[in-house]
Amino acid sequence: MGKTLAEKILSQKSQSEAKSGSIVIARVDLAFVQDTTGPLTVKQFQNSGFERLANPTRSVLFMDHAAPSPNYGLSNDHKLLRDFGRQSGATVSEVGGGVCHQIVAESLAKPGDVIIGADSHTVTAGALSAFATGMGSTDVAIALALGETWLRVPESIKIVLSGNFPDGVYGKDLILYLIGQIGADGATYKALEFGGSGVDNMSMSARLTIANMVVEAGAKAGLFASDKITREYLASQGRSNEYQPISSDDDASYEKTINIDMAKLEPMVAKPHTVDNTAPVTEVRGTKINQVVIGTCTNGRLDDLAIAANILRGKKRHPQTRLIIAPASRQVILESIQAGYIQTLIEAEAVILPPGCGPCLGLHQGVLGSGEVCLSTSNRNFRGRMGSPKAFIYLASPATAAASALTGEITDPREVI
Amino acid sequence: MLKGRALKFGDSISTDHIIPGRYAHLRSNPSELAKHVLEDADPTFAAKVKPGDFVVAGNNFGLGSSREHAALVIKMAGVSAVLAKSVARIFFRNAINSGLPILICDTAKINDGDELEIDLTAGTVRDITNGKELEFNKIPAVMLAILNCGGLIPYIKKYGSFKLE
Repeated sequence: MGKTLAEKILSQKSQSEAKSGSIVIARVDLAFVQDTTGPLTVKQFQNSGFERLANPTRSVLFMDHAAPSPNYGLSNDHKLLRDFGRQSGATVSEVGGGVCHQIVAESLAKPGDVIIGADSHTVTAGALSAFATGMGSTDVAIALALGETWLRVPESIKIVLSGNFPDGVYGKDLILYLIGQIGADGATYKALEFGGSGVDNMSMSARLTIANMVVEAGAKAGLFASDKITREYLASQGRSNEYQPISSDDDASYEKTINIDMAKLEPMVAKPHTVDNTAPVTEVRGTKINQVVIGTCTNGRLDDLAIAANILRGKKRHPQTRLIIAPASRQVILESIQAGYIQTLIEAEAVILPPGCGPCLGLHQGVLGSGEVCLSTSNRNFRGRMGSPKAFIYLASPATAAASALTGEITDPREVI
Repeated sequence: MLKGRALKFGDSISTDHIIPGRYAHLRSNPSELAKHVLEDADPTFAAKVKPGDFVVAGNNFGLGSSREHAALVIKMAGVSAVLAKSVARIFFRNAINSGLPILICDTAKINDGDELEIDLTAGTVRDITNGKELEFNKIPAVMLAILNCGGLIPYIKKYGSFKLE
């Protein structure tokens, strides 16, 4: 019997026949934490009695969730992480570097890796054919110490994509549509494996957006086979030598298959207060918006900012709608400056945040007040996520977000592009 | 054998309901953090929860962030186990790693305030108030071993590494 992508990677990393449902101990190629989960990891690492990291050069501490720190409690957490980095030899990704998942994609993840991060959106690296999954602080502490972790090999659901995105429709709309179809627990404990002809020409950026949000359906991993796009992306990052072909077998066994014709998709939103509460943007057209956020690990890449800049060029945001841009990494902001997107966005009266998680988790840099409505390109709209539990969060693509920033209300991007 | 009172919640209680990001600055101060446990799902929870109580929820409990603090603050509140129809996977691991039993069973028949008796070894939940008995799903052996040690750190201290047998 053939293997799914998840079974293939986990078989290789556990040196065993990893069949779905079985439990394996797998070698970990990269383990990381961020600044809100890392302090507990450090404490638990110290409690565990281990003194050395199994693999210091593949252990990373990211300062991204509260970067730069908005208060001294979090500054002390940053200090603790920096001290641990110095003592242990783990890499510290400093304030201004960007969101862990974007930096992992740009510089660290490669096909066939097992990646463990103390952040639920670690699944993002599945776009680069890595088995990447989020865990808690203690699990990561032990992975840092042992260089391995235990994993239940997930059953896989195959998502077969065909066709091409129509104008105004993007990877974000596809993943919102899928989550709406299967529900917030539709893939709990399972891997979503994306394939079909629709993937062939899909950009790495769109794949990263899609993989990023599989956890919103409960999935343990969201996987793409490596291909020409993967090879070109790694080459563009100066990492050609890290490419390896990896794909599932034709006779692999899937729990089920879901077919999606991309040509039939339309711009989507997730309405308050769950990610699976999705609707076509046309259904909520006209909803007044106080704040638009474009960026984060979900949609803060160069082409996301390009889409926003192209819609906003020569125009200004609606006077009653704040516009916040959170570029995902230093590389993204530098390339956006070179391409002129940042100037265009500032001229449209956007606020540009330092690379990082920005307002996504309600910690700083655009916290919502009671009764306020936000349209964000981030990945979660739970009650209280971005500030007041009485605020309302809609999720959408950068095109829908930019179009809505112009009009001050939820707007179908097909009307402005 | 665990005995206590059921405090009932609905479906889709996320880690933002349990302990939202706006309290991230308190994460290194767990006793302060724990005062906000489940605040956005039930603002009265922290005041009414008593040691030994059970959190009883519907589908997809603990969805969202990987923050282990969500499992920790529930444990710190004195909750002796979480029962839910289904549980998000990261929260499931975090609960076990924190030494907080988490049981998957059909919670529909349990009402808020019911007295429950749970036998972790036998895999049964007895609702003393309504006389009904439920079974919960078997926990994988490696997780049961971690739970029996009181969490992942004591488990690793005892065994040195993961043992599948």
